[in-house]
Amino acid sequence: MTAPLVTLVPPPKIETPFRRLVSEFMESPLAVVGLVVLTIILLVAIFAPLISPQNPYDLAKLDILDSRLQPGSKSMDGMTFWLGTDGQGRDMLSGIFYGLRTSLAVGVFSGICAMMVGMAAGLAAAYFGGRVETLIMRLVDLQLSFPTILIALILLAVLGQGIGKIILALVIVQWAYYARTIRGTALVERRREYVEAAVCLGLSKPRIIFGHILPNCMPPMIVIGTVQVASAIALEATLSFLGIGLPITEPSLGLLIANGFEYLLSGKYWISFFPGIALLVTIVSINLVGDQLRDVLNPRLRK
Amino acid sequence: MTVFMVRRLMQSVVVLLVMSVIVFLGVFAIGNPVDILISPDADQMERERAIKALGLDLPIWEQYFVFLANAARGDLGRSFVFNEPALRLIFERMPATLELAGTAVVMSLVIGIPLGLYAGLRPQAATSKGIMAGSIVGFSLPTFWQGLMLIMVFAVMLGWLPSTGRGQVATFLGIKSSLFTSDGLAHVILPAFNLALGNAALIIRLTRAGVRESLLQDYVKFARAKGLSNQRVVGVHVFKNILIPLVTVIGLEIGGLIAFAVVTESIFAWPGMGKLIIDSINQLDRPVMVAYLMMIVLLFIAINLVVDILYSAIDPRVRLQDVKG
Amino acid sequence: MTATLEVRDLRTHFFTRGGVVKAVDGVSFEIGKGQILGLVGESGSGKSITGFSILGLVDPPGRIVEGEILLKGESLVGLPEDRLRSVRGNRIAMIFQDPMMTLNPVLRIDTQMIEAVQAHHDVSRDDARARARDALGRVGIPSPEERLSAYPHQFSGGMRQRVAIAIALLNNPELISADEPTTALDVTIQGQILYEVQKLCRETGTSLIWITHDLSVVAGLADKVCVMYAGKLVESGSVDEVLDRPLHPYTKGLIGSVPSRNKRGRPLAQIPGMTPSLLNLPDGCPFADRCQRVQGDCRVALPPMVEYLPGRFARCIHPHLEAAA
Repeated sequence: MTAPLVTLVPPPKIETPFRRLVSEFMESPLAVVGLVVLTIILLVAIFAPLISPQNPYDLAKLDILDSRLQPGSKSMDGMTFWLGTDGQGRDMLSGIFYGLRTSLAVGVFSGICAMMVGMAAGLAAAYFGGRVETLIMRLVDLQLSFPTILIALILLAVLGQGIGKIILALVIVQWAYYARTIRGTALVERRREYVEAAVCLGLSKPRIIFGHILPNCMPPMIVIGTVQVASAIALEATLSFLGIGLPITEPSLGLLIANGFEYLLSGKYWISFFPGIALLVTIVSINLVGDQLRDVLNPRLRK
Repeated sequence: MTVFMVRRLMQSVVVLLVMSVIVFLGVFAIGNPVDILISPDADQMERERAIKALGLDLPIWEQYFVFLANAARGDLGRSFVFNEPALRLIFERMPATLELAGTAVVMSLVIGIPLGLYAGLRPQAATSKGIMAGSIVGFSLPTFWQGLMLIMVFAVMLGWLPSTGRGQVATFLGIKSSLFTSDGLAHVILPAFNLALGNAALIIRLTRAGVRESLLQDYVKFARAKGLSNQRVVGVHVFKNILIPLVTVIGLEIGGLIAFAVVTESIFAWPGMGKLIIDSINQLDRPVMVAYLMMIVLLFIAINLVVDILYSAIDPRVRLQDVKG
Repeated sequence: MTATLEVRDLRTHFFTRGGVVKAVDGVSFEIGKGQILGLVGESGSGKSITGFSILGLVDPPGRIVEGEILLKGESLVGLPEDRLRSVRGNRIAMIFQDPMMTLNPVLRIDTQMIEAVQAHHDVSRDDARARARDALGRVGIPSPEERLSAYPHQFSGGMRQRVAIAIALLNNPELISADEPTTALDVTIQGQILYEVQKLCRETGTSLIWITHDLSVVAGLADKVCVMYAGKLVESGSVDEVLDRPLHPYTKGLIGSVPSRNKRGRPLAQIPGMTPSLLNLPDGCPFADRCQRVQGDCRVALPPMVEYLPGRFARCIHPHLEAAA
């Protein structure tokens, strides 16, 4: 009997980069929990009007007699307030669902806008170089040397309140992070051999920038993006809490918490406590996901 | 060194000028100061007299130079609310803020560095994973809500610590501070901890990342191959390398702490600059806002300078001439 | 007389997510006093891991699973960490590949040398410093006293490698394990370093393991040579005999791949294919897929090391013996 030269082996699973990322991501149970929780929160925010027990901003539905009820109390017309009610008799659970909707919308939308502005500015700096680069990067440096909250405070003091204005303020606060990161990565990537190879092949400049350099800059952008959305949500809540963010008509989680501040000292904890938990869980789950993404996407820590 | 200092000072002046333009435009030019500075009941004659007195009839660039000339003499206007020079108000409140921020920095280092070292050296240990999860919560916690919860637990429920004000202040070596009295110390604990927590989380993560990165380096393996003890490898070879990012971030964060003191001071009724600025924004007290912003800019320039000097002391590869502002 | 170092059937495996990587899988050799052993192989053949295994510096998930490492007859495998530490840098020293990475960038040269002395000898700082200065002088660094207070970035690559060699020599070790120490250097510098090391070993009677992928380096330097492939030793013997009359087809291929002057114009011989993944080595000879002399029986079982000629071992069942006839 001769030994067969070719043995039949089941074809190995092809490890595409994406599949590897997914499997490495799954290695951290915390990150997976974060992703699941985040998905649930997103669904809650999107379908808030459908799943809320009450429309918390329909003043006709609110009854002042229901105000400041403890979690689990029943309303005058028999509805259960699982998380209690606030000073106006508003169901906290519904308030939180609607608040999540506002907070997430503001955070994600401003994050996307800031990423666009930042990417355009950062790529422009890396592409044009010279004066343009100096101007953009000086602006970035100047802005980054000031804490976000300070810039936001000034902007809102000047601009006034309103949902559009707070988004504008958040974009102005955040664009510099994206710009700095993408310029840094683009400059590194530009010196890589594959770019030289593309240049030698005679590819056009835009093709090299958008087809070759930009995709390689995306991993850090994704990581920055998650962190920035989380911090945008926190910042918006903080500003609303301080009374200079969203107006009363657009109630976010920050406003709900601020409303509860005055009742806190008399032991009515739930008005501030539950919206805060919702805010915390949202931010933590985004950060958990972002944290694992950072480890997975960082080639330096790869085993 | 001298060349570096001169260049840095010139850069600082430029930054100050740029900021003064931004602040001036932002605070004075957008919106109509006339409406705010002059009582709406005033008749046309009074209005015009007031506009003339305030120099609001001049072209905008002339207004700016008037503002600049006054600022150079230390006159940033009088507060509408307190009817006092704005700068003096800021200086009165500044020590309280610096005291709060300073205590918070020390707290965050004491908490952050040991935990970060531990998590970096034993990345697989359950404790380390706990520390890292805790640090994610730590920096995800919105400062204002975390402050409310601290008040709820330690002041309302347990009644251990006071939650408002600065407490008793004593003077020692010419410095007035609440850190010198036990009552003052009790008052500073909650707000400082509130301010420190997010920072401590950041320092934990930074230290851990630095340790992990360092441990992969050849010089660590070479140090071990020399037969050095673990304490020496970690304490000298690894630690000195992670000091560099730490100093930078701590420097940046001191500025952040002073800014975020705005939130903490509002919640704990701490009589510092941050509370003053929030009140001023709510009352449209523009001279105070300007004075606060210009002081903050100065403070930041000073901090950045100190960080750069520290940097060159730690990292021999950086010579001061090479540092860009 | 016992050999300075004897390695018997060493196996160092890495337990990774994807499976067990047998980086070193059955390596045996011995080195006498003052001898120089060349350990040759391609990247990934396990030669560096062999070097680290000797010092007990294999990082998790790797560990020594089997085998003996005897230093003057004293076993090193399984020694507690503090006993191993007293061997490292003292009785066995190591030199690494990239001199840019092995010295800690933020510590001065004297700090890094003095700590290496003081880790093993209870001497004063001044005495340790004096020893460091002498060591720098011995490796041909001009004005050693001044260079002691310099930082690594102030040295060129070749000078840094001299410093690393000086550190290795500090405690007069019985054995130095040098892991491709000249690969990162210019050819002329490489020659100087080779000359210095050879001279120093002859003078002090220090034995040397020279780990390299470069056969031409071994030819001029070593007394004995061991060739590694896929974690296993495939051939060993005295350097002249192995180079003149390789038994294993892999060794022959390696020799053929070295460009040489007198073969100009003729196409360079090459070994087709790549080193196999250590994760799933097939049964039989690991070189079979790339071997021109492969026959059916090569794939059945791993060939044993056989002494075909006096002192000449090869792991091959169809060795190049005909050339010997």
